[in-house]
Amino acid sequence: MKRLYSSVAIGALLAASTATGQNINITGAGATFPYPIYSKWFDAFKQAHPGVQINYQSLGSGAGIRQLEAGTVDFGASDMPMTDEQIGKQKVKPLHFPTVMGGVVPIYNVPGKSDIRFTGAALVGIFNGTIKKWNDPVLAKDNPGLPDKPIIVVHRSDGSGTTFVFTDYLTKVNKGWTLGANAAVKWPVGLGAKGSEGVTGQVKNTEYSVSYVELIFAVQNKIGYGSVQNADGQFVKADTKTVSAAAAGAAKSMPADYRVSIVNAPGKESYPISTFTWLLIPSKIDDPAKKKNLVEFLHWMLKDGQNSAAGLGYAPLPQNVAKMVDKSISQVQ
Amino acid sequence: MGDTTARLGTMFFAGGILLITLIIVGVLMEKSWLTFSKFGFGFLSGTNWDPNNEQFASLPFVYGTLLTSFLALLIAVPLGVGAAIFLAELAPANISSVLTFLVELLAAVPSVIYGLLAIFTLVPFMRDYVEPALAATFGFLPFFQGQIFGVGYLTAAIILAVMTFPFIISISREALLDVPRDQREAALALGATKWESVWDVVLPNARLGIIGSIFLGLARALGETMAVTMVIGNDPSIKASLFAPGYTIAAVIANEFAEASGNMHLSALVALAFVLFLLTMVINGAARLMLARTARKNA
Repeated sequence: MKRLYSSVAIGALLAASTATGQNINITGAGATFPYPIYSKWFDAFKQAHPGVQINYQSLGSGAGIRQLEAGTVDFGASDMPMTDEQIGKQKVKPLHFPTVMGGVVPIYNVPGKSDIRFTGAALVGIFNGTIKKWNDPVLAKDNPGLPDKPIIVVHRSDGSGTTFVFTDYLTKVNKGWTLGANAAVKWPVGLGAKGSEGVTGQVKNTEYSVSYVELIFAVQNKIGYGSVQNADGQFVKADTKTVSAAAAGAAKSMPADYRVSIVNAPGKESYPISTFTWLLIPSKIDDPAKKKNLVEFLHWMLKDGQNSAAGLGYAPLPQNVAKMVDKSISQVQ
Repeated sequence: MGDTTARLGTMFFAGGILLITLIIVGVLMEKSWLTFSKFGFGFLSGTNWDPNNEQFASLPFVYGTLLTSFLALLIAVPLGVGAAIFLAELAPANISSVLTFLVELLAAVPSVIYGLLAIFTLVPFMRDYVEPALAATFGFLPFFQGQIFGVGYLTAAIILAVMTFPFIISISREALLDVPRDQREAALALGATKWESVWDVVLPNARLGIIGSIFLGLARALGETMAVTMVIGNDPSIKASLFAPGYTIAAVIANEFAEASGNMHLSALVALAFVLFLLTMVINGAARLMLARTARKNA
């Protein structure tokens, strides 16, 4: 008899909660790079919408895409745009929504040198192994006084969106890079280190080494980094402004589905190794409550959400891009 | 509880082990089928690992795994067995109990801690002192040539040795202590010195346990992931020099699985897992055979 009462009570509770539209759980998975801002956003959204819980697991872009394909999550997130092949495999076509931007910066350990200026040709040469010493003429042209020491290249050993953006830049900036762009490539030289922490530790520990990390990681850990020559020939140091400028520069040629690389973007101020990071939202969402809240979240993220980006080291979307993206939200059915 | 219930219950648990093994083999085979059907034997004999162009082969990883594990044993076995003899036979009781406690503590340290310690202390030490000294002394051998980074096969082997030898000490010491007191006393009564009784009587008696400890250590070394990937340099190539950066199977799986870019890449990583599984099985099988043979000789 007792059992009957308690099951009736539970049933009543369940009915009450669904009746008032409470307890909506939306889950997502994907990129690790935007995780700090996403968790801040989802938390703020929950404060404003009691009962709506958005859970996000930062498993990596590839894992997010696979989970979306398997239908175990409501949305994905990725640091690299999905390929046509990846989209073809999804049951429901996902839409790309840019959220914030990041940059990849060159870091190095050369005693006594604090601001090294890298051209695209220099970065390609260093990472494909054709530039072997710091005093190579290609580097010396913009950096007099670099030492006659061998360059020790360090790269990410784990698959990473950071590596994708960096190799995407190398591919587009100079014909010398023939290894393609991907989260993991077959590096011709150097040591692999795991994660941004591993790469940074290796560089700090090894004199005359060079590597690359995300801008936000360098800023948070107070690591000095070099400037990179952009498409207009200017040497630009990455910060949230110069990264946003790259998106503004690329806005004119923005494709309708936002699957776009903005490395080596035009514009005097543009930082050349910049990228969007995307939320992957299915174009058709069956559950009306989930759809309503995701759509609301997207609108909120593009207006109020952008204000908290710079504080965490992410570059906000330029206003013209945010407006364009906001219009595309209506594509979610 | 009746005997029948007990037998059925324990049989169920034992059957669980078999079932889990079968499931692992089944899943590994199914998920790696794509790779083996495309590359066939070439996956085992090839050396090119290029995810971007969908070319996959396992040899550099197998080489790195075996090389670092066997080098690690080369260092850990004499150290571990020597320390076990001291603790079990020669050390005063209070020193022995303190050291044994410390050894068990070492065995419980998570591997990522070993890896971090290695990055910040062992790697610079190897780069600035050990490897230059080796290069200066044995530089005529191909194993000690080439650029020195501090990370590479040798450093990985040393950190693996540090991680395996607590196991070797702990289990070898138990095996030595299990040798009956009568045997030692008999040896001493016949006029043997303390060392002669240890070397000629106690050690041969404890041989099975010691060999067992070595293979347990080897199993740990083969499968170790975090600490190795942090110090091996993660470069999928085969080099004779122990200073060169290399790669192991467990390390590449941990590194590339989360961001594997396509079905073929994912399947190639699972195929690597299958290769590692087979390697461990072959090595464990060989160990069993060896143990069975020595046990028979003993009887």
